[in-house]
Amino acid sequence: MASAVQFTEVSRIYGEVKAIDRVSIDIADGEFFSLLGPSGSGKTTCLRLIAGFEQPSAGSVRIQGVEAAGLPPYQRDVNTVFQDYALFPHMSVRDNVAYGLKVKGVARAERLGRAEEMLGMVALSGLGGRKPAQLSGGQRQRVALARALINRPRVLLLDEPLGALDLKLREQMQSELKKLQRQLGITFIYVTHDQGEALSMSDRVAVFNKGRIEQVDTPHNLYLRPVNAFVAEFVGTSNVLRGELAQRMAGGAALISIRPEHIRLAGGEPLATDEVEVDGLLHDIHFLGAATRYELQLENGQRFTVYQSNDRCAPLALAHRTGERVTARWPRAAMVPLQGEGL
Amino acid sequence: MRPAPAPRESVSPLRQLADVLYRRPNLYLALLLVPPLLWFGVVYLGSLLGLLWQSFYTFDDFTMAVTPELTLANLKALFQPANFDIILRTLAMAIAVTIASAALAFPIAYHMARYTSGKTKAFFYIAVMLPMWASYIVKAYAWTLLLAKGGVAQWFLEALHLQPLLQFVLGIPGVGGSTLSTSHLGRFGVFVYIWLPFMILPIQAALERLPPSLLQASADLGATPWQTFRTVVLPLSVPGIAAGSIFTFSLTLGDFIVPQLIGPPGYFIGSMVYAQQGAIGNMPMAAAFTLVPIALIAVYLSIVKRLGAFDAL
Repeated sequence: MASAVQFTEVSRIYGEVKAIDRVSIDIADGEFFSLLGPSGSGKTTCLRLIAGFEQPSAGSVRIQGVEAAGLPPYQRDVNTVFQDYALFPHMSVRDNVAYGLKVKGVARAERLGRAEEMLGMVALSGLGGRKPAQLSGGQRQRVALARALINRPRVLLLDEPLGALDLKLREQMQSELKKLQRQLGITFIYVTHDQGEALSMSDRVAVFNKGRIEQVDTPHNLYLRPVNAFVAEFVGTSNVLRGELAQRMAGGAALISIRPEHIRLAGGEPLATDEVEVDGLLHDIHFLGAATRYELQLENGQRFTVYQSNDRCAPLALAHRTGERVTARWPRAAMVPLQGEGL
Repeated sequence: MRPAPAPRESVSPLRQLADVLYRRPNLYLALLLVPPLLWFGVVYLGSLLGLLWQSFYTFDDFTMAVTPELTLANLKALFQPANFDIILRTLAMAIAVTIASAALAFPIAYHMARYTSGKTKAFFYIAVMLPMWASYIVKAYAWTLLLAKGGVAQWFLEALHLQPLLQFVLGIPGVGGSTLSTSHLGRFGVFVYIWLPFMILPIQAALERLPPSLLQASADLGATPWQTFRTVVLPLSVPGIAAGSIFTFSLTLGDFIVPQLIGPPGYFIGSMVYAQQGAIGNMPMAAAFTLVPIALIAVYLSIVKRLGAFDAL
């Protein structure tokens, strides 16, 4: 499959600070690709390099196979949905959506017709005459989406587009965005710091940390096969065991990750051959409804998290009390060896 | 444990007053608003209306006495050719000064709003406002010397061998005059110099409120920088330009010092008011002339509003 966007050893340096440092990514045509990372990790800088708001200090950015360095934003076949939506406050919703056609010199009747079509696609028919200030946050979000799609870009960039919406609306928009992407068949490059959002929507995710990419993988692999402690702990929750404890549990690996939902608290039954266990002090119990989270403190002082699904009717949360000594068990297969120093 | 209520006698009178004001927000608001409203209503609007009312009084040319007999003669007199010329001359100058100020101010304001921060921004603020710290009359006099025959401006143009150009410009009717300091051009230049800060600051404030993401969105959607300027930056800075132009326009319409010191002979509205009420003692005619800038600005604002300048506010 052809590349929609290709980064080769790209760096962006501001004075002393390396916003991104020798990043290489290859995003396939038609892919839903997420850039995930904490704030300041360089994911937004990557997006701005694709849009053309910034130029790389080193390396090459190719869009649809064409070197993009030096091309201004208005000569690139990509469009952006901005975090703050960036709707033009002095124009009606219809004029906002039609803007991309207007600056290309499309005749008025045609561009307003197409704007109306786009508004229909994002379920905002009939609101074209309003000003952006008269819309709700979710509606503005849709206008921003319609405006960015009217030029029929091959690549759509989305900069934390759902960050300002409340949870219910966000979940609804997530599935709508995913549906829209499949329907249009264009590449979506989606910046987010919300790992749940990235996992649920993306074909592949790049995890950023301090200007570098830690891992690029499918959501499934990212969760089940994280390559290092950062990915294991940033994507979902993870218990990372280090040093002597890791050696004892996994036999050889210096650093291992175990997901809390793969662990259970033992109830006195004998240890199976394919299992390992560790003792700890039950520090805290959080009843979450569908599951209960147990916080343990191991003998070496490390915190250890166990999720137990409440899929039986018995009141599990009452089976243990804080301060109790408990044994946590998990299958050997649940342990994922990680790269890095097991300090 | 609940704290015991404070004993009644320990509450100071100031605290009691604060309690009363807190419980009665309308009283609080009224106390805050009465002094400024009195000032505006009585001292400001009252005296202005009093002055305008006098434009209906009768002035006896023979006895030089004002009698409170109501007449429209003064307002009609505004349309006599000699007086109407004054109005047109002042209006033309005010429009020219406003357009030139806006054109000069915009790039400076744009640079201040988008490309400066911290110390550089402070430097620009001071640089723009520094001329306003000096007395306006001193500056106007200084310009008469700078522009006079044998003055700095002329010397500078001679040094650049632009003497023929100066002669040519001074020869254009309606613009020139015998020297720079007695030309319309010189007067125009001094007006622009003096009012420019009043244009820069409102435009700068409007541009400061413009989120950078709007410019990026425009470029992202395919607009060239010129298209972005025309369709996004300019419309959104129009409220600032309108605010600034109200200053430059009204200040030029009402000024009576610059027209006396610089430029060819002939009254401006301001100097005419000054002459009517000072030298001649014709208060009703002075009041009638005062009405002109007010009416012109009202017309100007309604045009600006109709053009949609305030829609984005």
